[in-house]
Amino acid sequence: MTVMEQRGAYRPTPPPAWQPRTDPAPLLPDAEPYRVLGTDAAAQADPELLRRLYAQLVRGRRYNVQATALTKQGRLAVYPSSTGQEACEVAAALALQERDWLFPSYRDTLAAVARGVDPVEALTLLRGDWHTGYDPYEHRVAPLCTPLATQLPHAVGLAHAARLKGDDVVALAMVGDGGTSEGDFHEALNFAAVWQAPVVFLVQNNGFAISVPLAKQTAAPSLAHKAVGYGMPGRLVDGNDAAAVHEVLTDAVRHAREGGGPTLVEAVTYRIEAHTNADDATRYRGDAEVETWREHDPIQLLERELTARGLLDEDAKQSARDAAETMAADLRARMNQDAVLDPMDLFAHVYAEPTPQLREQRDLLRAELEAEHADQEGTHR
Amino acid sequence: MTTVALKPATMAQALTRALRDAMAADPTVHVLGEDVGTLGGVFRVTDGLAAEFGEDRCTDTPLAEAGILGTAVGMAMYGLRPVVEMQFDAFAYPAFEQLISHVARMRNRTRGRMPLPITVRVPYGGGIGGVEHHSDSSEAYYMATPGLHVVTPATVADAYGLLRAAIASDDPVVVLEPKRLYWSKDSWNPEEPQSVEPIGRAVVRRPGRSATLITYGPSVPVCLEAAEAARAEGWDLEVVDLRSLVPFDDETVCASVRRTGRAVVVHESGSFGGPGGEIAARVTERCFHHLEAPVLRVAGFDLPYPPPMLERHHLPGVDRILDAVARLQWEADN
Ligand SMILES: Cc1ncc(C[n+]2csc(CCOP(=O)(O)OP(=O)(O)O)c2C)c(N)n1
Repeated sequence: MTVMEQRGAYRPTPPPAWQPRTDPAPLLPDAEPYRVLGTDAAAQADPELLRRLYAQLVRGRRYNVQATALTKQGRLAVYPSSTGQEACEVAAALALQERDWLFPSYRDTLAAVARGVDPVEALTLLRGDWHTGYDPYEHRVAPLCTPLATQLPHAVGLAHAARLKGDDVVALAMVGDGGTSEGDFHEALNFAAVWQAPVVFLVQNNGFAISVPLAKQTAAPSLAHKAVGYGMPGRLVDGNDAAAVHEVLTDAVRHAREGGGPTLVEAVTYRIEAHTNADDATRYRGDAEVETWREHDPIQLLERELTARGLLDEDAKQSARDAAETMAADLRARMNQDAVLDPMDLFAHVYAEPTPQLREQRDLLRAELEAEHADQEGTHR
Repeated sequence: MTTVALKPATMAQALTRALRDAMAADPTVHVLGEDVGTLGGVFRVTDGLAAEFGEDRCTDTPLAEAGILGTAVGMAMYGLRPVVEMQFDAFAYPAFEQLISHVARMRNRTRGRMPLPITVRVPYGGGIGGVEHHSDSSEAYYMATPGLHVVTPATVADAYGLLRAAIASDDPVVVLEPKRLYWSKDSWNPEEPQSVEPIGRAVVRRPGRSATLITYGPSVPVCLEAAEAARAEGWDLEVVDLRSLVPFDDETVCASVRRTGRAVVVHESGSFGGPGGEIAARVTERCFHHLEAPVLRVAGFDLPYPPPMLERHHLPGVDRILDAVARLQWEADN
């Protein structure tokens, strides 16, 4: 028998038929961001909810303006404004139940405040008196997270733990478009999908990661498309349409709570201010682009809808503005008080019990402070 | 009644027992990592836990170290006590971001409101003929990170006691498991009630008068062997096993050095920027007037961990330790 004949006789066993694990079609995001305001869907929206969203947007904008002003007065070291992105911030907070958890990034102060965190305590990280001023358990808001995307696996772990304990708690984790390139983004989405953890990932795609535009960040059709590869639904929403973001997030939260697993939501929005007050945005973008987005302002969008439908009169607008002004005045007054700090706090929370090494260092600082104090007493006399 | 002769247990078995006892005692203890479930871990330390406690308590995770530790952070936030297994020393590096930026400092940044009781188990060190990335001694990185406790057992009993203490701790603890001692046995009796070692205490493994060998983990048996061999030279070496690198037990170490007047620090990891420099400095600062000679270091070379066929030249062995002790004598005599 020739080699060729032998070959001809060889019949390899066919591999088992390949089956996709999940039908990708229902996971795919729509081609266009979902919108409510200015569409027929708006008629379905609950007027009471829209008014609440409106009041929160106005308050949020005022907070952004006030905090930015505080950087100019040297009261805040830095502030990453979310002006233009308030709809995402507010919807994030309002889509959650009290027992749920929020995992914000450094830009999401507003979401934390909208969830009940004291406006001053939400700023300690940026003021510099303590990293996290608030008690994360009080309103179930994790510390504002500075390293990009690292809070996402925390959200997954917490949601997973809650489900193991039999609690119907959902975690909502927020991240920027730049943060989606980090490895932790991938690991968190993958864990969440494999574990079917009750988590919602909200990407605020505001166009830039400091100076780098989305086109240099990813080649994906949209950030929402990334969901499909993990086996979870991806949703694309107009991030300046508060009603749309709220609806999409509320659906995703409900889906997670009912055991449906995680969702990735991409909210398409824009960062109107520079990355922070320390950044010069003119180096990487033109005014025309910013102006276009200003015309798509989240507050204006909602105000127009509410006014057209007779749901918002001048009085209601004024009372939203008044409430925001009261908050800002209080914030200003309290931020203008010098923070009273106890340097001994440096050693208080490193370990449950300080190590012998830390105890020695603590004694050194105490002695230095006493000497300093004695010096001051001396000069005063 | 017939007495069955007890088979002496290995360090790996003691670790398994510690995990099992901790899980049985506290339903919030969860084990997670790569291959920890069905397989029982590549070193079998988690053997049987998934069968006994279910896959929700002993979980095979996706293959992602940052994800494992990052999700453990969230689990700890929600009241669980995760015990994370990193498969090998060098594969823990992807999780360093989570470890350093979050695990180590969550208590601090939240003013004590959000402590994270996480145990990170890391098989570490060489001497098992592992290929590249399977033999690193990474203790200096962990030691340099405030907010972490770092322990490393050298005996079967300590493996049990320190792991139980780590899991019970309200702070994150990195447990460095000397993988070359996983199969070592000593007189530990698994049938007896076990003690939980408080974290932060060194022990004198062997008393002596001529000099102190300060060591930990995989180098402890090597130092004990060196101390035996040193008797032929007329030297009576004391061996201090640190057990805990953070917190550091200055008291036990310095009491020993003040007695002997001479000290050598022995460890596998490189000496430049390594634990020995810190230990030598601490000892010198505290015991200067008792020292008859400078504190010496016998450590691994300052190179990426060598290929297995060369590792014996890298690892501090008995001869290198004895040479150092001889130099202590010389310094004293001249
Ligand atoms: C791991 C990490 N790398 C780099 C930085 C520095 N940094 C802070 S914000 C930022 C851009 C983030 O962009 P994006 O995720 O789009 O969020 P945005 O600021 O637009 O809200 C960078 C690079 C960081 N905080 N963390």
